[in-house]
Amino acid sequence: MEDFEPTIIAFVCNWCTYTAADLAGTSRQSYPTNVRLIRVMCTGMVDPKYIIKAFLEGADAVLVSGCHPGDCHYINGNYKARRRMKLLKAILPQYGFDEKRLKLTWIGASDGIQFARTIRDMVSEIKELGPNEAKHAAVV
Amino acid sequence: MAKTSLCDAADQNLQTSLASFFRSMLGQDEISAIMAPMRLPAGDMVMQTLVTNPEQVDQIDPFAPAFPMNAARLVSRLTKRPAGGKVVVVLRPCEIRAHIELVKLKQGSMEDIVIAGIDCAGSFKNTDYKKFAEKDPETSTARFLKGVLSGETRFDGEVDLSAACRACTHMVPNGADLAIGIFGMDIDRQFLVSAETEKGEALFDKLGLKEQDAPGKREETIESLVAVREKFKNEMFEDTRSKTDTPEKLAAYLSGCINCYNCRVACPVCYCRECVFVTDVFDHDPYQYLRWARRKGKIRMPTDTVFYHITRMAHMSLACVGCGQCSNACPNDIPLVELFTATASQTQAAFEYEPGRSLEEEPPLAVFKEDEFAEVVEVKH
Ligand code: SF4
Ligand code: SF4
Ligand code: FES
Repeated sequence: MEDFEPTIIAFVCNWCTYTAADLAGTSRQSYPTNVRLIRVMCTGMVDPKYIIKAFLEGADAVLVSGCHPGDCHYINGNYKARRRMKLLKAILPQYGFDEKRLKLTWIGASDGIQFARTIRDMVSEIKELGPNEAKHAAVV
Repeated sequence: MAKTSLCDAADQNLQTSLASFFRSMLGQDEISAIMAPMRLPAGDMVMQTLVTNPEQVDQIDPFAPAFPMNAARLVSRLTKRPAGGKVVVVLRPCEIRAHIELVKLKQGSMEDIVIAGIDCAGSFKNTDYKKFAEKDPETSTARFLKGVLSGETRFDGEVDLSAACRACTHMVPNGADLAIGIFGMDIDRQFLVSAETEKGEALFDKLGLKEQDAPGKREETIESLVAVREKFKNEMFEDTRSKTDTPEKLAAYLSGCINCYNCRVACPVCYCRECVFVTDVFDHDPYQYLRWARRKGKIRMPTDTVFYHITRMAHMSLACVGCGQCSNACPNDIPLVELFTATASQTQAAFEYEPGRSLEEEPPLAVFKEDEFAEVVEVKH
């Protein structure tokens, strides 16, 4: 799997992780280009459908990243997101989507360094895991 | 301790004795109607029927192995606004559990109903029921009960109890106000009536039932039946998992699906008025199909099939009561209940949630705590 370059879909909260990603860029933190950022207003709006669709379309991993507990701009969106992740982690592995492919993190607006590190770690972990099997199958 | 009574089966006929038992309920002024499975005048089909006239209770047949739909959907229709009268609803355990879920989802209420739950010996798939009943409609329920209570699951050498029922361990009607028992009973002679709630007890007293103990062998009978079912369920889960544990295998499992969505229409706990899968979101533009096909080389048409099923798991597996109506409704015989219950057992375990267990337990996705499920959050360095 030398030349396997994973595709990571990241749903990032506008108020924190998206800003952190921006900060990582402006402060010249380097992180792999494997990640496709999708800016959402809050992790609480990440419908499980988005994540399921990403995997069925062949994403090798999905990251959902939002504000730390207590910091959500909509008060509790991140707590709801955490329950949905709990749910999806009970569902997706049953169909062979490794649990490691689905991650939830809290990354605050000033955590540019942590954002870059999270992506780097994730890319190397997924490289080791190999590609998502659904990538080439006609499973939509 | 619940009040129990033994009702005699007149002329060794359970069906006629049940009819007179329910007829006596319609004599109580606060009961306006009974909704119960009844034989329809034409043919051998048994369907939920709403009766107000005591003269027309004769055809009641709650133990018939017919399960054309999960009646929780009907109870929700009867109770989502006041109906102007109290209705006794005769339900199987999985119908009661589904109704409890619907009440929690604000799709119905307990207010104006008295639930008469039955010990459920199981049912056939619709097509199998027809084959079975056709042979001799008059005696089909008695024939069924005789066999099933002595452990049989295959009848006339051709029809089997549905997979959902064979794997069901909730055969006693938890959540009922009044429970009608047949397990461990000599049903040619009597059936059991037990008052499980205050509402049930009020009716029990009004009916003037004599308090008598349930026969000792009842518990034992239930336990041994549960053990058989538990074993079947575990084997079914294992088998299903081995057939669906990769995305490709799951796609193969569902390959006959034509996206008709009958399974969701039949599902008692899929309550959305408009499912997202029939909205514009999935009304793709023609160019979109070609784009997908170009990217992947080929795509299965109709699209979104596996997507639909996994999304349904996310939307309702926490409330899945294992009634099997999804399988019953599928025109392509996809073993859906096997898949849904196998997945649901994991999601329900993740939240320690059991649908239908209690009205007080909130549906897991309707609530959250600030401090919980730390394990799903990636630890920071
Ligand atoms: S998914 Fe199937 S078994 Fe589960 S509640 Fe719905 S119809 Fe019943
Ligand atoms: S009923 Fe059967 S064919 Fe129709 S959507 Fe459900 S699984 Fe597919
Ligand atoms: S606003 Fe950032 S997670 Fe809710």
